[in-house]
Amino acid sequence: MTVKQSRRDFLGMAFSGVAAVGGVISLGAMKRTWDPLPSVEAAGFTIADLSPLQNGELMTTQWRGKPIFILKKSASIKKNESRDVVVDDASYTVIIALCTHLGCIPTWAPSSQQFKCACHGGEFDASGINTFGPPPSPMVIPPFKIDGMRLVLGEEGPEYKKLVAKG
Amino acid sequence: MAEITKANGIGDWFDQRLATKKLAKVMMTEYWIPKNINFLWAMGVVLVVLFKILIVTGIFLLMYYKPDVNSAFDSVNYTIMQEVEYGWLWRHMHGVAASMVFLVIYIHMFAGIYYGSYKKGREMIWLTGMAIFGLFSAEAFSGYMLPWGQMSYWAAQVITNLFGGIPLIGDGLVIWIRGDYTVADATLTRFFMLHVFLLPLAIILLIAVHFYSLRVPHVNNQDGEDLDFDKESKKYLDGKKKESKVVPFWPIFLAKDFFVVGIAMIVFFYLTFYHFNFAMDPINFEPANAMKTPAHIYPEWYFLWSYEVLRGFFFDIAGISAMDIGLAAFGFANVAFMLIPFLDRDPSVKPAHKRPYFKIWFWILLIDMVVLTVYGKLPPLGINTYIGFVAALTFLVLFAALPFITKKDAGGAK
Repeated sequence: MTVKQSRRDFLGMAFSGVAAVGGVISLGAMKRTWDPLPSVEAAGFTIADLSPLQNGELMTTQWRGKPIFILKKSASIKKNESRDVVVDDASYTVIIALCTHLGCIPTWAPSSQQFKCACHGGEFDASGINTFGPPPSPMVIPPFKIDGMRLVLGEEGPEYKKLVAKG
Repeated sequence: MAEITKANGIGDWFDQRLATKKLAKVMMTEYWIPKNINFLWAMGVVLVVLFKILIVTGIFLLMYYKPDVNSAFDSVNYTIMQEVEYGWLWRHMHGVAASMVFLVIYIHMFAGIYYGSYKKGREMIWLTGMAIFGLFSAEAFSGYMLPWGQMSYWAAQVITNLFGGIPLIGDGLVIWIRGDYTVADATLTRFFMLHVFLLPLAIILLIAVHFYSLRVPHVNNQDGEDLDFDKESKKYLDGKKKESKVVPFWPIFLAKDFFVVGIAMIVFFYLTFYHFNFAMDPINFEPANAMKTPAHIYPEWYFLWSYEVLRGFFFDIAGISAMDIGLAAFGFANVAFMLIPFLDRDPSVKPAHKRPYFKIWFWILLIDMVVLTVYGKLPPLGINTYIGFVAALTFLVLFAALPFITKKDAGGAK
């Protein structure tokens, strides 16, 4: 090296190097500390029994702390092949009941067959597709597996994978 | 090292070791404030007093509050409100002071805008002040979560969801901030930490910088007159007090400030004892429930204007979703005031009534803020959505127009 370096420069660079490595590692540790805990990530499965549902009836359950809507579509409600969960020849809308705008829970309005969000006026059709207002996307379909007349939320069954492929 | 001699009194003992006399001069008796000011210049000291009230009442609340989803609601609404002697007093003082801090911050801010106290060397005062406003907003938001009522929960849900709008990392960021897939125990505990430790610490440090940043460019005055503080203070010290255009911070300026503080305290305790309800939303007296959104969610009054900017854009424009437009507008609204020193192209410091175009701009801005605040509280139905949209758009247009308006004022003055 042709550059002449004094001892103080060396001390400065050595300290900066140690401080930079230590700083980056500490930031990594701090970031990880804020991550969800393993017990939270492992939050289990929810099983929903569809057999008592009447045509046009809405059922609410919970998965990973989030509300889930299950709507059994009556004849007057339009079917949607790329979103409906079909169990025993009946079509169901299965969605995480959080408005995709800012996460409020929309309410089901049976008269107009819509989900309406009171927070910012967003509207969704009976399949959970956004039709008006600020929501940028349809409500999310949670991973599910069909097991007879039961729906296992949190497990990716073949029907779920098919829907994802269509969507 | 200074020569230490036998002290002739307790004051001298400290002075020899800590230079207390010099310190008192620098900080108080020879810190010069212009005479040509009005009560609006007292808002800083009022804010300091309110902040102290928040710290003291907060300490008492902290002794009984429990940051846990199962006990938080009861520790506030049962233990503090019903069991602890004067617990209700600390809580209502804390809530009312938080609200009043924002009222006084807005007065402080708009006085600064009116008198042009943000430019020509005073940029750092403005920027640190707006940063304090930002931290106070975070402080208010994190504090509002603590009683763990319905409004606490759903405000936390909506506000943390806002970060989901950030491209690419949004969804992961929301989960990271919450420490869970929804707002949950981990969220409450970490926001409790922020509310009682990290944010107050940051606020105190920033207040120190804010005060320090005043020392070099000095306090502005009603006419924006460029005072020679060395000359004027010399006059004062030479005994020509009437002729001098400045007075010392202590005891002259603070004496008047304390009078204004007195009035502010009367208003504060009137609200605390007779109208504390405005800071206590009834919906928040229902425990948090993740399965039920309240029919209508709105923030505290001091966030309504930016909330209305967020939801004012309710339809897609040119393929950009309504949500993204709203989020971008909201993001801009939160930094817009920071940009004022750089958007203002008129170099002279003058009050708004001496700046023909800026004057109109100022009053439209103030009216627009009031309209946004009023409509931010109303449900987003029918005509309300359109008024909200126009008011939100006006806010953005005002800031975009500021450089041209001030340039025109500067040209006309020549």
